[in-house]
Amino acid sequence: MIITKQKSVEQIWAMIKDYDKILIAGCDGCCQPPRSINEAKVLGQLLELKAKTEGKELKWKAITVLRQCDDRIAATTCRTQVEGFDAVVSLACGLGVVMMNKVLPDILTFPAQDSHFGGVQNLGENSFIQYCETCGNCLLGVTGGVCPIAGCAKHLSNGPCGGTVDGMCEVGGYTRPCAWIEIYKRLKKFNRLDLFTIYRPARDYRSATSPAYMTINKDYTNIKEEEEEKANG
Amino acid sequence: MAKRPAYSNLCKALEAGHFVFTGELEPKKILQEGVEEVIHSAKEMRKTNRIIAANVTDGPQGDAYMCSMVPSYLVQREAEIEAVWQVAVRDRNRVALFGDILGGAVLGLKNILVLTGDHTALGDNKKARPAYDIDSTQFCELLKKMIDEGTDYAGKEITDGKIEMNYGCVANPNAVGDYMEPEILKVGRKVEQGIDFIQTQTAFDIDIAKNFINELSRYKVPILLGVFPMKSYGIAWYFDNYIPGVSVPKDLLKALKTAEKENKGDKKAKYAALDKVNVEFFKPFIKEIKDNSKASGVHCMAVEYERLFQPLLGEYPEYVKEFY
Ligand code: SF4
Repeated sequence: MIITKQKSVEQIWAMIKDYDKILIAGCDGCCQPPRSINEAKVLGQLLELKAKTEGKELKWKAITVLRQCDDRIAATTCRTQVEGFDAVVSLACGLGVVMMNKVLPDILTFPAQDSHFGGVQNLGENSFIQYCETCGNCLLGVTGGVCPIAGCAKHLSNGPCGGTVDGMCEVGGYTRPCAWIEIYKRLKKFNRLDLFTIYRPARDYRSATSPAYMTINKDYTNIKEEEEEKANG
Repeated sequence: MAKRPAYSNLCKALEAGHFVFTGELEPKKILQEGVEEVIHSAKEMRKTNRIIAANVTDGPQGDAYMCSMVPSYLVQREAEIEAVWQVAVRDRNRVALFGDILGGAVLGLKNILVLTGDHTALGDNKKARPAYDIDSTQFCELLKKMIDEGTDYAGKEITDGKIEMNYGCVANPNAVGDYMEPEILKVGRKVEQGIDFIQTQTAFDIDIAKNFINELSRYKVPILLGVFPMKSYGIAWYFDNYIPGVSVPKDLLKALKTAEKENKGDKKAKYAALDKVNVEFFKPFIKEIKDNSKASGVHCMAVEYERLFQPLLGEYPEYVKEFY
């Protein structure tokens, strides 16, 4: 899930104040907490109110899209709807906002959200947590399934640092567990402290260079290799 | 790999078997005047003939302070005491660290203390993005490559000459119970990456300290135990309340408070009373560490508390004379 937080009405207003008629697009994809048609409607009402206090009249319409990050879905859902609008406000994550700007090239789409991280709901708690940072260099096999990249505030490969106290992390005022103590406990439980003890050299950050890019065509066919074999006799 | 030679006076003194002392200097948000004060403190340390080197901190608590390299150099030049140049991986990536170490080597710095560094979220510029490109163990590996193999992290050669430096790491004696083992094992990774010495964080409990030293001694790397004499009750109170994981013993806190209270208005008497409390606590503490543990020395973190050196360390041999 992509964990997002809605921007304040003031922030959104600042982006759209020069437009008279806006389309507000919710997203039914993986955005969490959910931002669907009802959230889009509420945002429309809030912006309308805000416009009134600024002495303006704002026309709005709320829609929702199955997944804004899917180019075909976004295009087929929205192209017919944007007619007559001055701007779009998207309630999707950043991926959705970028995709909407791509498939609707003649109108600007503005973000209503700050996208924070790819995460999951914290075991029964009313909170979200980032368990993986999609760093392109998975260490979970040597850390007992606890990620020190997403879970450690300093992204250490050889923790814990001196900032851990009674198993908690110095960042966040000792309210969150230290990932490296969790790793230690997991590995100890399975009698695999050998994995804890090994030294892990510096990471290769090329896999995390932005903008990230991956071509799938080459990896998903063997045709080229056969041709090469033929050519090589 | 053959053992790295002792390049620094600190490591030479350790090698010679002396029980060594190091001090601590903290450059803050300062310019010339502040640096003069740092140098003054360093001169006082040098005068004792018992403090072999002075640590120069690198943005402790994540605060934005003067860099540690320049005051390290100036302390060596002006006060003629070796610096233990503290370098945190918080603010520099492997490229910048490499560049800084080359610069430090040319300036004649001989000791590096490798640190992760308190997170910027704890400091006074909380919105900063910390670096943490490599962690402190990987920094040890970088130093190993630079000093022993003459290359950068990627293996590219340093073209002219050899770096003559020693480096150490920190360990936390306050990691007790279930938390001691990961702390000890983590130091083990740094031993593998060639550290020459260990300086621990502050300890107040003699049994905990001795036990920790005993565990660490398996690595056969010299250990300097951290102690923290406190020059005012305010400092002790702050430390007790705001530095997590360490508590100042209640009796010591109370004694410092009484020393201040009973001598209100009389600065001289107050100082004398405070010093007496510190000496009464730390002198036997240090002696016990020296006589009955495998520690090779003590790292005294009494920043700007020079007047305590004589009463606290005066009875130890003036071994430093051999090295300057
Ligand atoms: S306390 Fe643990 S989780 Fe926090 S920064 Fe240090 S090693 Fe990482």
